[in-house]
Amino acid sequence: MAIRRGRGVAAINYPTGMNLGGDPTQALVHSTPTGNFMVTLSSVDLGQGMKQIMAQICAETIGVPTDRVVVDTADTDTGPHCMGTFASRGTHRAGNAVIQAAREARQVMLEVAAEEMEVNASDLETDGQGNILVKGAPQKSMSIFDVALSAHFKRGRSISGRGMFLIPRSYPEKETGAMKPSTCYAHACTVAEVEVDDETGEVTVLTVKNVFEIGRALNPKMVEQQLVGGSWMGISHALYETTEPYYPNRDHGGTDFNQYLMPGPGDLAETEIIVLERPSADGPYGAKGPGEMCANPQIPAVANAVFDAVGVRIDTLPITPERILRALKAQASN
Amino acid sequence: MELRKDYFADVRKDDLHEIGQPRPRSDSPGHVTGRTAYFADRNFPGMLHLKMVRSPHDHARIRSIDTSEAEKHPGVVKVLTAKDVPHNVYTILILIQVGPEDETVLADGKVRWKGEAVVAVLAETERAAQEAVAKVKVNYEVLPAVFDMEEALKPGAPVVNEYHGQNYYLYDSGECRKVRFGDVDAAFAQADHVLEQSYQSSPIEHAPTETTGCVVAPEGNDRFTCYTNTQAMFFTLDNTSIILQMPGSKLHFVGGTVGGGFGGKVDVIVEPIAILGAKLTGRPVCFIYSREEEMQISSPRAAEKVVIKDGVMKDGRIIARKVTGYTDAGAYSRHSPYGAQKGAGHYPGPYTIPNVWIDTYCVYTNRTPSSAMRGFGVTIGDFALEVQMDKLARLIGMDPLEFRFINAYRDGDMKAHRQPTEGAALIECMQEASRAANWPVAEKYMAMSSYKNGA
Repeated sequence: MAIRRGRGVAAINYPTGMNLGGDPTQALVHSTPTGNFMVTLSSVDLGQGMKQIMAQICAETIGVPTDRVVVDTADTDTGPHCMGTFASRGTHRAGNAVIQAAREARQVMLEVAAEEMEVNASDLETDGQGNILVKGAPQKSMSIFDVALSAHFKRGRSISGRGMFLIPRSYPEKETGAMKPSTCYAHACTVAEVEVDDETGEVTVLTVKNVFEIGRALNPKMVEQQLVGGSWMGISHALYETTEPYYPNRDHGGTDFNQYLMPGPGDLAETEIIVLERPSADGPYGAKGPGEMCANPQIPAVANAVFDAVGVRIDTLPITPERILRALKAQASN
Repeated sequence: MELRKDYFADVRKDDLHEIGQPRPRSDSPGHVTGRTAYFADRNFPGMLHLKMVRSPHDHARIRSIDTSEAEKHPGVVKVLTAKDVPHNVYTILILIQVGPEDETVLADGKVRWKGEAVVAVLAETERAAQEAVAKVKVNYEVLPAVFDMEEALKPGAPVVNEYHGQNYYLYDSGECRKVRFGDVDAAFAQADHVLEQSYQSSPIEHAPTETTGCVVAPEGNDRFTCYTNTQAMFFTLDNTSIILQMPGSKLHFVGGTVGGGFGGKVDVIVEPIAILGAKLTGRPVCFIYSREEEMQISSPRAAEKVVIKDGVMKDGRIIARKVTGYTDAGAYSRHSPYGAQKGAGHYPGPYTIPNVWIDTYCVYTNRTPSSAMRGFGVTIGDFALEVQMDKLARLIGMDPLEFRFINAYRDGDMKAHRQPTEGAALIECMQEASRAANWPVAEKYMAMSSYKNGA
């Protein structure tokens, strides 16, 4: 009886969006009298940080600092339609809608500034700090605060924009299955290292090294929280979780966190995250949807590492000590 | 976390101001100090609590329901049964024309899984509602149930859901969603090795910090405001409008700040019945799942069975892949027909294989309906595919990582569902993993690229 070490690899891709149902999201953007910007959505922030990301996307597009943008979501009386937050679609779909709305608002803002400064709107640019400058003559500038005041009280303009992003529905062809199930794909490769106690069947995940390609890390800190959490969830799916431990038997289903097994802090592996960025052609600033993908590759990587360690295949999830011991016993008797 | 900017630097301009910056989340201080308002923080005078009477049987006919004792219980204001629900038989994907309507808000004549909602009790306190639930008398005639997908698909198996008539979802393509590409049988005949393996998963709980729920307040103008943690505001509003036969203009949904959601909160379960309760009593209503309900009543990730048959050559090329996937939907469709079909579009994984045959089935059994969960239609498929890849590599005596390079898809490669590959990056992920994990592969693989005609 011994502790045996093994490692396994898995490589995956993941589709962004729900093209097979039709996939629209809308956004509205408008400025307040003092040049702050409101993004109005009905999209849902699940805790992943959608509001923050939409603020950064709007700020980048209009050319103001992120703290000048407030995101209002989700109220069906005020927010325009969004299919919902699922299918790794939130950032991609809503982000594209926000970009379109913000571009329209930016154009009005530049037109008002152009009238005030008596130049062509096409000769203006933003400095990202809250000012509008004449290209090539940055000493000639106007604050967005003043531009907004002018729009509201002098020029009678609404600095606002409408955004719509729609992926039309793809219907799978009946006989061949020809279809367009997604717009872009995120990628991952994970190497997991485990120790397996061949006496107890217990698996300890030592290290998980994840490489994710996600198009563009719009906010690297938030990407990190998403990817680390996903990696932990992958380990949890591989080794612990189920509502029906003896599926298809319905008995022994957990009803609270004492009975439903999940890893505690001490069960989590040393986790490494490396991010690559190949911008997607249709993503907001090249982003893809990594929210679901990041929890997938750890499961097969751990399964393959268990085999590498003790030479038995557990092809049924979760990979419990009981299943490992039964497989080892069967292997020994062969 | 490390951002490796050297990959794909030629196709990316890093000239942005706000994007790419690790700005602190504006909502974090509220979350960590407890000031963020979630739906359950809404409290209205006179608010009623809704609790469900649930089926103790996996499959049974309802002979009779007697709510008289429950109605007399102190604190009980209203007891609802199927006849109170205007459009009781519904299915959520009807909004995208994926029918038939196959599920009841409150059971009518039959229950099809242990835990199914039968009677709703509205009372002044949670305790009174819970006590009254125990006083509802339902007379059941227990029916044979089926839990195993293979058993469910056999002729003569108990029919789980009469609205389908058979224990699988009927697609326009027949009993399964199909993908056909090349000629798998001819390729299996030519392959150096053929390996067929079967993989199985079990249902998995979403385990959000905040359980599913909503608080409904009737407004003075004949409208209803529903504070909810749904993941999809209008999807829920529009389905509620159908179920309650109430114009959408009467409904106002407020949400968007959710304490964790992994797909389970895309089902439309708590809102319609809570709004109905508010309408019939004229009082605010809250309906929040207990942790037990969250774990055993709300939809889990489906159990799946995946059978993969591959034809592989000694040089490492996979020349044929046949996948048969089974998704255990439980007793009702919810999102499962979509998930099974999403799986069909995902196989054979990120590899270029010239001959592919995919069949994905959505199967009905007498268990808690499953639905969407993070990685919907893909997560378990990836487990099966990537363990199969490991087995194939060992079968032909090749390094598992190198074996994946040989088969990895690249820009321009035609996928089985007949879309050319764009924006591929699998090869680069594997190259970086090789370095990071100190898992060396031959130099020719490190020189490869996902670009079209890449080395």
